[in-house]
Amino acid sequence: MADAEIIPLNQPLGTHGRPGRGSGKAPSSAARGLAGGSGARPVRKKKAAGAEESPDPIEEPPTPLAASVDPTDEPPEDSSANPSRPEPSPATTKARHPLRGIPAADWATALDAAAKEVFGSEWEPQLARFLAFLRRRVTGDYVIDDYGFDRELAERFLHALLRPIKEKWFRIDVRGIENIPSRGGALVVSNHSGTLPVDGLMTMVTIHDHTGRALRPLGADLVFKMPFVGMLARKSGATLACNEDAERMLSGGELVGVWPEGFKGIGKPYSERYKLQRFGRGGFVSAALRAGVPIVPLSVVGAEEIYPLVGNIPALAKVLGLPYLPITPFFPLLGPLGMVPLPSKWLMEFGEPIRTDSYDVGAADDPMLVFNLTDQVRETIQQTLYSLLMQRQSVFR
Amino acid sequence: MAERADRPAAAGRVVLVTGVSRDVGRRFARAAAEHPAVERVIGVDVVPPRGDIGRMSFVRADIRNPVIAKVIAKEDVDTVVHLSVIATPGSTGGRTMMKELNVIGTMQLLAACQTAPSVRQLVVKSTTTVYGASNQDPAMFSESMEPRRTPYGGYAKDVADIEGYVRGFARRRPDVCVTTLRCANLLGPRVASPLAEHLRLPVIPTVLGFDPRLQFLHERDLHAVLGHAVRARVPGTFNVAGDGILTLSQAARRLQRPTVPLPGFAFGALGGALRRARVAEYSPELRSFLTFGRGVDTSRMRTELGFEPRYSTAETLDDFASTLAPTGGRAERLITEIERHLPTSAQQQLEEALRG
Repeated sequence: MADAEIIPLNQPLGTHGRPGRGSGKAPSSAARGLAGGSGARPVRKKKAAGAEESPDPIEEPPTPLAASVDPTDEPPEDSSANPSRPEPSPATTKARHPLRGIPAADWATALDAAAKEVFGSEWEPQLARFLAFLRRRVTGDYVIDDYGFDRELAERFLHALLRPIKEKWFRIDVRGIENIPSRGGALVVSNHSGTLPVDGLMTMVTIHDHTGRALRPLGADLVFKMPFVGMLARKSGATLACNEDAERMLSGGELVGVWPEGFKGIGKPYSERYKLQRFGRGGFVSAALRAGVPIVPLSVVGAEEIYPLVGNIPALAKVLGLPYLPITPFFPLLGPLGMVPLPSKWLMEFGEPIRTDSYDVGAADDPMLVFNLTDQVRETIQQTLYSLLMQRQSVFR
Repeated sequence: MAERADRPAAAGRVVLVTGVSRDVGRRFARAAAEHPAVERVIGVDVVPPRGDIGRMSFVRADIRNPVIAKVIAKEDVDTVVHLSVIATPGSTGGRTMMKELNVIGTMQLLAACQTAPSVRQLVVKSTTTVYGASNQDPAMFSESMEPRRTPYGGYAKDVADIEGYVRGFARRRPDVCVTTLRCANLLGPRVASPLAEHLRLPVIPTVLGFDPRLQFLHERDLHAVLGHAVRARVPGTFNVAGDGILTLSQAARRLQRPTVPLPGFAFGALGGALRRARVAEYSPELRSFLTFGRGVDTSRMRTELGFEPRYSTAETLDDFASTLAPTGGRAERLITEIERHLPTSAQQQLEEALRG
């Protein structure tokens, strides 16, 4: 049985020739390795073979490696045979050269079959579309909007990347998606949590998958200061959270997403989960009032548990210019592995739209009205959060 | 004096153009001189213009000098087009000189205009650099917005100062129609601006992790808008830029030029090295522009000023690219190669996909 163990090691490592096995006449490789008199020869020939790529298996010596694998298990009688002259074999490397052996037509058939396997039977239009897409990207022949939104890139890459996470990892349960208007401007206001703004990304891909509309998030200026992050944010449709941009987007009929809690919400400790923080200065409400678009409250349950924030290093965060430096049970303890979010079960509920078009022109400059509307939105989200938490079986299910 | 009184009231306008030694000023002055409604064009600069000046009469004068007031009074100028604001120290010799020319020159010119009762219109070419470029910028600047960070020096500061003086002049002489044109980055086959030189480099350095949004104005559209402003007499401040927006990476691909992303600090160091080698010049404004980009809202240009640029941002870049030899485009050639090796049925599909 020792022979059977040698075969898999010997063949792939070996020398295109006959495997050195104890067959009676020819000595096994192990035996040849053991034979004292010819010990130097295989080593020398190996070097030569390596340099010249000798195609002749007859001249091919056994590898010293194979000999060293299991030298003691070989039958002793093999060592008496002449190790330098193994039997000639009908199989030659010339005949078995992999590239020369297969005609071009076979290659074409194989490639066609492989393409069909990968892309399905409609592989030609698929490939054609992909090449056309590639050409557009490479030649810069695509359009971005005023905010830097690259729709093609976002839908083809970003959403495709996030979709499995949304469906398989967080298993997002969506309710009230019909509250998102199918056209025209609207402002989606959501709670913010989870140490990293994963909830924003998930909201984007969820809304796009259910309604076909692109959510245009409003991000903090820190986002646009960071390399790569800011660039990707603009390309995926985000812009700076300021009144000018919010009003401009809403008036332009875009679906805008805002997380008014900002860093206060996303960086709050785990012990304060699902407690809404202050909703900024209500700038989002005045922007919606000026544009006369409805406000859709969104409550997200589940994002709080992805990275439970149990600590913070304010001093280091200050040095790095970040609002907080999180410590979670797994980060930085497990290093990069700690950055994998916990697979909590998510629930998203879009509430009834709050209409703002019934107010008169100066309403946006009435601070009391703005405060009241802000509180109304905040209360709606908080109450929905509580009811969603009651419905959830557990954090992970 | 008698000669001036004799001139019929319907006589054409007398236009004074500053900064005619440079290409933009010279071309505009030459074109204006050809216009039937214009009687005379007086070009002013400290150095004589090179090239064809047409029917323009050149006066060698320094606008930093009260002499300019005498020119305006003597020639009975009714329209002043101020084009001599320069973006880079370049050949003028240092930042101090540049500031002197820009700010003191404008002050003197405005002082001269204020005392000249004949002046009826002032057109100032400003720039969108006045908005700055930072991570706190809104996506699109409209004319009423201020820069998010006050410029601390350089071109942006000069332009902010100049616009301040122009606003002051407009207050003191309400009878004069003052038009300020904030032009986006100029581009075209003949333009020699720091950004154009940057895009002409065989390999375009970019800031790693940033892809700024850019807007361009074609040089022909600049001439057109200056002429339009002189004719239309619409007071106010207007952003002027071609339609649409391109990112720097997109622009580089359209120019078929490879890019080399450098971290922010290395980009600054490279700027210094290139300046010493006199290849390109990176002012702090250009560096922040190439990091964060900028977009301006041009709706007032269309509605109030009534100007429509002929070239969009992408067309401007394509026109600029037509004069450049591509240094990259390897990926595109690779795709072409793959397409050539496809079976004919797939190639037909590809043509459909490209058309569709």
